[in-house]
Amino acid sequence: MGETIIEAMGLCKWFGDFTAVRDASFTVEAGEIFGFLGPNGAGKTTTINMLTGLAKPTAGAILIAGEDGIRHIKKVQQRIGIVPDESNLYEDMSGFDNLVFCASLYGMEKAQREARARQLLAQFGLAETGKRPFKAFSKGMKRKLTIAAGIIHAPRILFLDEPTTGIDVESARQIRKLIQDLNGQGTTIFLTTHYIEEAERLCHRVGFIVDGSVIRVDAIGSLMQDEDQAYRLDFTLESHQPALLEAMSQAFPNIQVSVLDPQRIRLLSPTRVELAPFIQFFEDAQIPVYEVKLVHPSLEDVFVRITGIEIARLKKEKEGQRK
Amino acid sequence: MSQLIAFWSILMKDMKNYYLKPPNISWGIIFPLSWTLMLFVRSGSPVDIREILPGVMALSILFGTTSMLAVTITFERKSRSFERLLLAPISLNLLMLAKTTGAILFGVLNAFVPVLFASFLIDLSGIHWVTAFSGVLLIAVTSTFLGLFIAVSVSEVFEAQTFSNFFRFPMMFLCGLFIPVSSLPALLQPLSYLLPLTYGADILKQSINENGFLPAPLSFSVLLAFSLALFTISLRNIKKRWIY
Ligand SMILES: Nc1ncnc2c1ncn2[C@@H]1O[C@H](COP(=O)(O)OP(=O)(O)O)[C@@H](O)[C@H]1O
Ligand SMILES: [Mg+2]
Repeated sequence: MGETIIEAMGLCKWFGDFTAVRDASFTVEAGEIFGFLGPNGAGKTTTINMLTGLAKPTAGAILIAGEDGIRHIKKVQQRIGIVPDESNLYEDMSGFDNLVFCASLYGMEKAQREARARQLLAQFGLAETGKRPFKAFSKGMKRKLTIAAGIIHAPRILFLDEPTTGIDVESARQIRKLIQDLNGQGTTIFLTTHYIEEAERLCHRVGFIVDGSVIRVDAIGSLMQDEDQAYRLDFTLESHQPALLEAMSQAFPNIQVSVLDPQRIRLLSPTRVELAPFIQFFEDAQIPVYEVKLVHPSLEDVFVRITGIEIARLKKEKEGQRK
Repeated sequence: MSQLIAFWSILMKDMKNYYLKPPNISWGIIFPLSWTLMLFVRSGSPVDIREILPGVMALSILFGTTSMLAVTITFERKSRSFERLLLAPISLNLLMLAKTTGAILFGVLNAFVPVLFASFLIDLSGIHWVTAFSGVLLIAVTSTFLGLFIAVSVSEVFEAQTFSNFFRFPMMFLCGLFIPVSSLPALLQPLSYLLPLTYGADILKQSINENGFLPAPLSFSVLLAFSLALFTISLRNIKKRWIY
């Protein structure tokens, strides 16, 4: 790691008056899994399209593997693989024929591309399915084959646009494993997602993108460290009322209290918390306490704090679901 | 070399997936046959097959090529598989040539279906084959690029078909295929000279029946100019709209 392989400088994309991406600058280092995390409509696909040559930036510059990503895009395309947000292979062609065709687009010889197609089908557990036409594949198999097509020419960098969206849980798990394996073999991964847990589990570094702006780019570890400064204690009670929370805030001026659900409240404290006074407090108020849990911060907490957007918005799926 | 492999694969894929599929092959056979039959019924007397041959050939090419591009381009674009081609390390010029070469070959083959049928019925001696073939090829190139122009101007397959008919039907009547340009109303005649097929049909008429009325070099040059212009405009539109 350490070597910059993708550099976006002040990328902008306007569609008429509408700004889809606003002054986006970030770098991706060779060998890492970089995740672009943001809600639907944030500008993730538009950014990938600009980086891969399907869209022209309104302003800004791109450097990929040392090449000008705008002027010499055809040279860049030889070294990158692209997995679009929809599985867009040829419906009537078999899985095998699809892979062989995609290999030929990168100039691979017949024997070489057939061997590579066979190898990838086996590696992705599609050896049998590969003989069927693409339209007969399940969603999860379609996505896997689309990923295989994306790495058919063994690219140095792989772009994946929402690789697990709309896929069953098991296939999604396999796909995350495939992405990690590929990365383990040295492929740099640039992926977008609106699943926080996916970004947290998979990525080394993430960029938060909201309404076209890249708000923060950092390693997962550093993002968490900022958040780790605070201690979270979740209490499960018989019940709670606003008056109780009010009384708590007065009794413990150093902590913040927030409501999680009708039975649970969360205490936020800048320092370590001693439990006895709280238990005493609830006993005095005659409220049974069933559970107390020290909660480690998640990327979700970081995302909400930094972007200020509601978590519900991030989890909202696109309406018209994709194939 | 790698560009050549890509070019060849795209061409072969389109052939296998679209052109050699039964509905499309039959299109090339049924269309000229039914057209001949229609002329036959209308005139009520045996038609002079050799007289209508150039017109039937030209129409077969025009309809064959323009309909194919609605599939190979508009349909692939709609299903987004076309994005794969745009994202491949192939120059846009070469890519679009690969996508259109299949249609050109298909058009040329279509043109010779009526010739084959005619050869069983009448004597075809005296035809200037080299000129006829060059004419067929140029008509195929021009109407393919016209189809390309249409395909990149629309986003739905049915729009491509409708828009094609907007060009095709006037051409059937205005390009001297079955009605000589000179017998059209004087007001419509200038329009005939604006349509590329007028020049293509004239080459075929001259090479088959020696009854063309335009100088061959002029007809060839006009067709070439149309092809070049249509290809260039289409490419510009692709760069503007599809790599947005
Ligand atoms: N071709 C286009 N024309 C107009 N607006 C577009 C176009 N593509 C995307 N947008 C808009 O740009 C914004 C960002 O879209 P997109 O990059 O697809 O978001 P994401 O992938 O993060 O969900 C959205 O509001 C979308 O409607
Ligand atoms: Mg998207």
